[in-house]
Parts: sequence; structure tokens; C-alpha cells
Amino acid sequence: MKEIARLILVLTIICVVAAASLSAIYTITKEPIERAAREEKLSAMRKITPAFTNEPDVDKVTISLGRDNKGNEIARDYYIATKDNAVVGIDFETSSAAGYGGTIYIIVGVTPDGMLTGVEILKHSETPGLGTKVTAPAWLAQFKNRDLANTIWSVKKDGGDIDYTSGATISPRAVVAAVKQGLEDFSSYREEIMAGAQTFITTQ
Amino acid sequence: MADFKDFTKGIWSENPVFKIVLGMCPVLAVTTAAENGVGMGLATTFVLVCSNIVVSGVRTVIPDKVRLPAFIVIIASFVTIVDLVMNGFFHQLHKVLGIFIPLIVVNCIILGRAEAFASKNSIASSALDGLGMGVGFTLSLVVLGSIREALGNGTIFGVSLFGQGFVPMLVMILPPGAFVTLGLLLGVMNRIEQARDKKP
Repeated sequence: MKEIARLILVLTIICVVAAASLSAIYTITKEPIERAAREEKLSAMRKITPAFTNEPDVDKVTISLGRDNKGNEIARDYYIATKDNAVVGIDFETSSAAGYGGTIYIIVGVTPDGMLTGVEILKHSETPGLGTKVTAPAWLAQFKNRDLANTIWSVKKDGGDIDYTSGATISPRAVVAAVKQGLEDFSSYREEIMAGAQTFITTQ
Repeated sequence: MADFKDFTKGIWSENPVFKIVLGMCPVLAVTTAAENGVGMGLATTFVLVCSNIVVSGVRTVIPDKVRLPAFIVIIASFVTIVDLVMNGFFHQLHKVLGIFIPLIVVNCIILGRAEAFASKNSIASSALDGLGMGVGFTLSLVVLGSIREALGNGTIFGVSLFGQGFVPMLVMILPPGAFVTLGLLLGVMNRIEQARDKKP
């Protein structure tokens, strides 16, 4: 009995000390972690959107895109970038589960008319050196100034307009499909999004 | 007394990767580039040194029967600290190493050193042992990462090595390249050892 009590006591003390120091570290690092995550998103937005002066991650319009096959609501945030009391661009996140290594998360920037101003990959697990070429700035740059009307939305191999590196077609296909889907969603809900966006430029 | 040998043995004669061959999961997984090797190595070194010091400090009060759970709690705490601090202050590095950081917990080197060394030696010796093992681990990862990055991507630390005409051997940065490189390096290490032993 005595021994059991000692074992319990020692383990309890160790766990309490560990828990206390972890909660202290958590408190210290909580804010920097949130700031870093936000900064990461904002810096992606700056790359794909014309210069803006507001905080698009705060000025957002949430649109319901219907329900998925489980009946849960699919909501998407549209981040509104404004400058001089005008909407300069809208950013939104989209994703494709058709990547080679899992889901590819993408952030897309469009003008109010639905023309692409830029595309960035947020998160992916594609094959290094092969599928990861979709993250190359040169590859992503070709999306600029494309819209639903002026582009055939598939890779060249499938008869489309999008260039890709030979050898890797799965990742570019996934990205192209996700961007296209994103543009289609944007154009279907454009009225609603722009109506929501107006509230951010008249509140000043 | 702490001995300088406690430090140096981790680098060559008891090198965790090439001699003890422990902790292969992170070794194979992160060494697609030299830079990843440095980050993973330094994070592991930090955990190794801290856990060795603490384990050595409490070695006399921890009953033998619960030493393993106690060690695991200590190690897991330091890993979580590294994860949080890196996420908050070195966000870019954390993005690259993200999923491997929690894996440090199950890196056998750390529990191995706690069990085989820190639980039997003084705090100073244990700290040196952790530092030496950490440096040895880091160097091994950097060597592996450099070779794989150079052959598989034509760069080292992101600096281009060869001219435009270089066609990268993609397989080197894929998992098979990790096994091939590790095997060849193990062979080279053993060869050098053999040559040494033959000399009087």
C-alpha cells in the first residue's frame, strides 16, 4: 500500500508541474500564434489582390452555398478588399480534394466583375518537386486576368488553356478545377456578395 | 564528473542516426532539404537537452516502476513547448516542420537517452550527452538532407548548385531516396570504422 501511494504521489506531482508549465507557455504564445496565422492569411491576400487599405479578414461577407450531402450548411467567407471607398477586390478560399497527396487549399482573388487577380496555395501535401510545382509563382501567375468566359478551364492535356509541367497533371488539374468551381460560385452569388460588400464602404 | 566525451560520443562513435540507428521516422521524412534537417535537428536537440536535464534531476525521486510514464510526461511537455513557441515566433519554419514536431515525442532517441543515460548520470553529464546526441542528430540530418536536396532538386539550402542543364533525380527527394541515401551513408560510416580498426 505504501508503495502504491508513493507511485501515485510522484506521478501526480510530475503531471501537475507539467500541466502548470504548459498552461503558462500556452498563455504566452497564444497571441503570437494568432497574429502569425492572421498575418499569413493577410500576406497571401496582399499577393493576390490590388492594393487595399482595409482589413479584408474583418470585412467579410458570409454566403451560404447550400447544403452538402449530409445536410450541413456550406458557408464561405468572401473577404472584401476596399480602397478609397471602393471595392477593389474580393478574396475567397476554396479547396480541391482531388490533389495527389490530399486536399489542396487555395485562396483566390477576383475583381468585382469576377476576373481573377491572383491565386495562391495555402496548404497542400503534394509530392515535393513534382506536384509542388503548382505553388511556383510563375505557374500561379498565368491565372491572372482569366475569367469564366475567356478561358477553357482545364489543363492543356485535356484541351484547356492552362499550362502545366509534364509529368505532373493531377495537382494542376485539382487546382484548375477548384479555381473554376470558385469562380462559378462567385458568379452565382455575385449580387449577394456585392450587396454585402457595399456595407463596408458606406460605413465610414 | 561531467566528461567532454559525453558530448563528443554523440557525434561519431555513438551517433544516433548512423550508429544507434534510432528515430528513423523523422530522419527519413524531413530530410528532403538541408534546411528542414537543421530545423528538425535543433528542435530535437532542445527537447533532448531539456528532458535529459530534468530526467537526471529527478532520477533519485522517481520510483523505478513508474519511470517510463514519468519520462514520457516530461518529454511530451517539452515537445509541446517547442511546438507552441515555434508556431508563435518562427511561423515559417513551423509550417515546414509542422506535422513532424509532435512526432518528436515518439522519437526513440529521446526516451532512449533518458532511459539509458540521464536516469543513471549526473545533471551535467546528461546535459552534455543530450547536447552531443542532438548535435550528432542535427549533423546527420543536414548531411542526408544536403545530399538529397542536391541530387533531387539541384540546390543546397535553396542555393542552386548546377547550371540550367541539370535534370534533378526526383526519386532522391521521394521516400525511396531517403532509404537509398541512408543505406549508402551507413555503409560509408562502417567502411571508415573498419579502416580505422585495422590500423594498430
